[in-house]
Amino acid sequence: MIWDVIVAQSPALLIAIPLLFAFFCPFIGKISNMVRNIWVAVGMALTSAVALILAWDVYAFGTRIYVFGAQAANYALPLDSGGIPVRIIFTVDPMSALMQIIAAITGLAIILYSISSEQRHSGLSSFYTLYLLMITGILGMVSTGDLFNFFVFLEIVSIASAGLIAYRVDKGLAVEAALKYFVLSTIGALAILFAIGIYYGEYNALNIAMIASRMQFTVLDQIALVLIMAALAMKCGSVPMHFWTPDAYSMAPSSITAMLVVASQASLYGIFRVLFTLYNVTLNTATVGWIVIVLGVLSMVIGVTMAIPQKNVKRLMAYHAISQTGYMLLGVGVGLAVLGNQPLMDSFGYTAMEGGIFHIINHAMYKGLLFLTAGAVFFRIGTYNLNKMGGLGHSMKWTMVFFIIGALAIAGIPPFNGFASKWMIYESVYVFNPILAIIAMVVSILTLASFVKVFHSIFMGPKLPEYEGVKEAPLPMLIGMGILAVIVILFGIFPETVVSTLIVPAAHALTNQGAYIAAVLGGV
Amino acid sequence: MGIFSSLLSGSGAWNPLVWLLAFVVAVIIVYLIWSRGEKSYKKGTEQTTPFISGNKEPSKDAVHVRGGNLYWGYTEALKGYYERIVPLHSGDMNDYVLWYLGTTALILVIVVVLS
Amino acid sequence: MFLNIPYIAVVVLALIGLATILFKRNLIKIFLGIVILESAVNLFLIALGYREGGIAPIYTNAPAGEEMVFSTVQALTLTSIVIGVATTAVMLTFAMVLWKKYGSIETNKIRRLKE
Repeated sequence: MIWDVIVAQSPALLIAIPLLFAFFCPFIGKISNMVRNIWVAVGMALTSAVALILAWDVYAFGTRIYVFGAQAANYALPLDSGGIPVRIIFTVDPMSALMQIIAAITGLAIILYSISSEQRHSGLSSFYTLYLLMITGILGMVSTGDLFNFFVFLEIVSIASAGLIAYRVDKGLAVEAALKYFVLSTIGALAILFAIGIYYGEYNALNIAMIASRMQFTVLDQIALVLIMAALAMKCGSVPMHFWTPDAYSMAPSSITAMLVVASQASLYGIFRVLFTLYNVTLNTATVGWIVIVLGVLSMVIGVTMAIPQKNVKRLMAYHAISQTGYMLLGVGVGLAVLGNQPLMDSFGYTAMEGGIFHIINHAMYKGLLFLTAGAVFFRIGTYNLNKMGGLGHSMKWTMVFFIIGALAIAGIPPFNGFASKWMIYESVYVFNPILAIIAMVVSILTLASFVKVFHSIFMGPKLPEYEGVKEAPLPMLIGMGILAVIVILFGIFPETVVSTLIVPAAHALTNQGAYIAAVLGGV
Repeated sequence: MGIFSSLLSGSGAWNPLVWLLAFVVAVIIVYLIWSRGEKSYKKGTEQTTPFISGNKEPSKDAVHVRGGNLYWGYTEALKGYYERIVPLHSGDMNDYVLWYLGTTALILVIVVVLS
Repeated sequence: MFLNIPYIAVVVLALIGLATILFKRNLIKIFLGIVILESAVNLFLIALGYREGGIAPIYTNAPAGEEMVFSTVQALTLTSIVIGVATTAVMLTFAMVLWKKYGSIETNKIRRLKE
């Protein structure tokens, strides 16, 4: 009975629980640090539980809608509205459920990690409040079925992440990084609002399914598409708008960087939602598909070549995040380029899209793991500069093992999960255009090269005299890293189970515009 | 069998368990070769120190090659590329906004005007 | 002709805002440019809802048979104004801390994170 209520109301609980825990966090923080840590951990655990329950329900029983403020949760079309959904609707289809799973798992691992990595800092009530608000924003961004609601959650994520990036003021460097991120974010968000205004002016609707059912590809729609695509591509860090990414990722505390990766992927989800569900075959798939492919290839190449000469380990990892985002854009761009053509879609289009989407969840796991290991090293020795580190493999053995798992996964070495998704992308993109697949493989080799550089600089070599008393990272940090490492290994050893259970429904739900519209408008 | 089946793409198959089996066989072969090595040596004497043609071994923190010096050959070889790309990351916020607006304008021209 | 004046004003304001963000060095002027750009988008949203000869969208004691201007866009604009207030507050806080730590708020001096 309670279980049915929770499952039926889970889209609302998904936003309500972290919001509630965030607003009471400053008051609870006045009692003591231990009580606040327990409050935050319980809040995140409940949110992850609700997200996983909702995801299981969506995968088992199909797309769920939740109408805010109606008599029943699926009462989308009021009788006196003439067949128009007037309320804010959360439409959770399998692609949204996949992004919720990513946010839930990463959020839980990061809370366990933050409790010990931030213990030496003050002002932690604000930190955890902003963190829970960021979780609310990310979960809202991926669940909503309404364009203006997407904009509001996007702004919540921007403001909360800007505050979190600037958290350790660090003689002003972190604030500089947060300023650059925030100014670009605001300009991008205003472009998205302008595009939403264009859609409202043309179609008199804000609901994604409603606009999709009325979409004709006029000149105004083309302008709106370009504005939204460019703004969200800037938010997810694709070249040539990636300049804020190394600054913001390197200056934020390491646990927040792992969550910023998930926030960037939520923006990537936004691009896919607009391209596939809002427009689908009405747009010029060859042109727009090739634009996405070119953005992807530029991100891959420039990301990895800028990473190799870096001296700051987190800046290097941030450039790799840009490069891996390029893989996702490449895979899904190839799927978009052949969207109208069913035989080509069946032969390699679906595989390319599944590879790109599988890469999203793999990247969140191994990139989060890598950033958390960099944070663990910083926690013990106080520097991110590769020229000053060395010989830590003698004392930080578990951190070294987790780093090896993350580095092999990002380079695409079997049997880890990076290889499975990259292999799917290589095989399908090769059929589309062999040069793109060859560029992707060369980028993979350069990724391995730069992580061998980082591994040698940090962990190999003799024990240095200045790091004599360095101990292993504290246990909560190791548990947080361990959760992500276990998933990296499991997804690598059983890729077929993961792909057929999680990824194939997501890819099919993304390309099937008719099913999305039917779920909201009830068969219209 | 369901959980151990291979991943299929349109033109190939990948099964990590076959790979793991091959890896285990390779590790067993490596162990057999390693176990036939020389076991009778004295630890801690001159038999285990590195041989640098009779010179004295330098102190431990002078031996380790620091991170910035690795891949010098690669960065030197691609100097033409790096001298053009690295100054673009100037750190100046006006340039960052210019890149964003320029890319939006370029994609606008490609999508709206040219098709 | 008169119906198009709000849209022309939107384009003019947006261009002024973008020009300020791109070509001014002082951080406060860049923030003012962002505020002008935001006002342009808010004006665009409200202008979309206008219906000629419409009355204010107030339900109580509304005269019968009259057309109302659209109220959804007014709700969107209110939300956007509130988001704008929060954004401006956060940006000004960043400018304050940068002034204390760096001693300058010009974008060609706030360039310690580059390449």
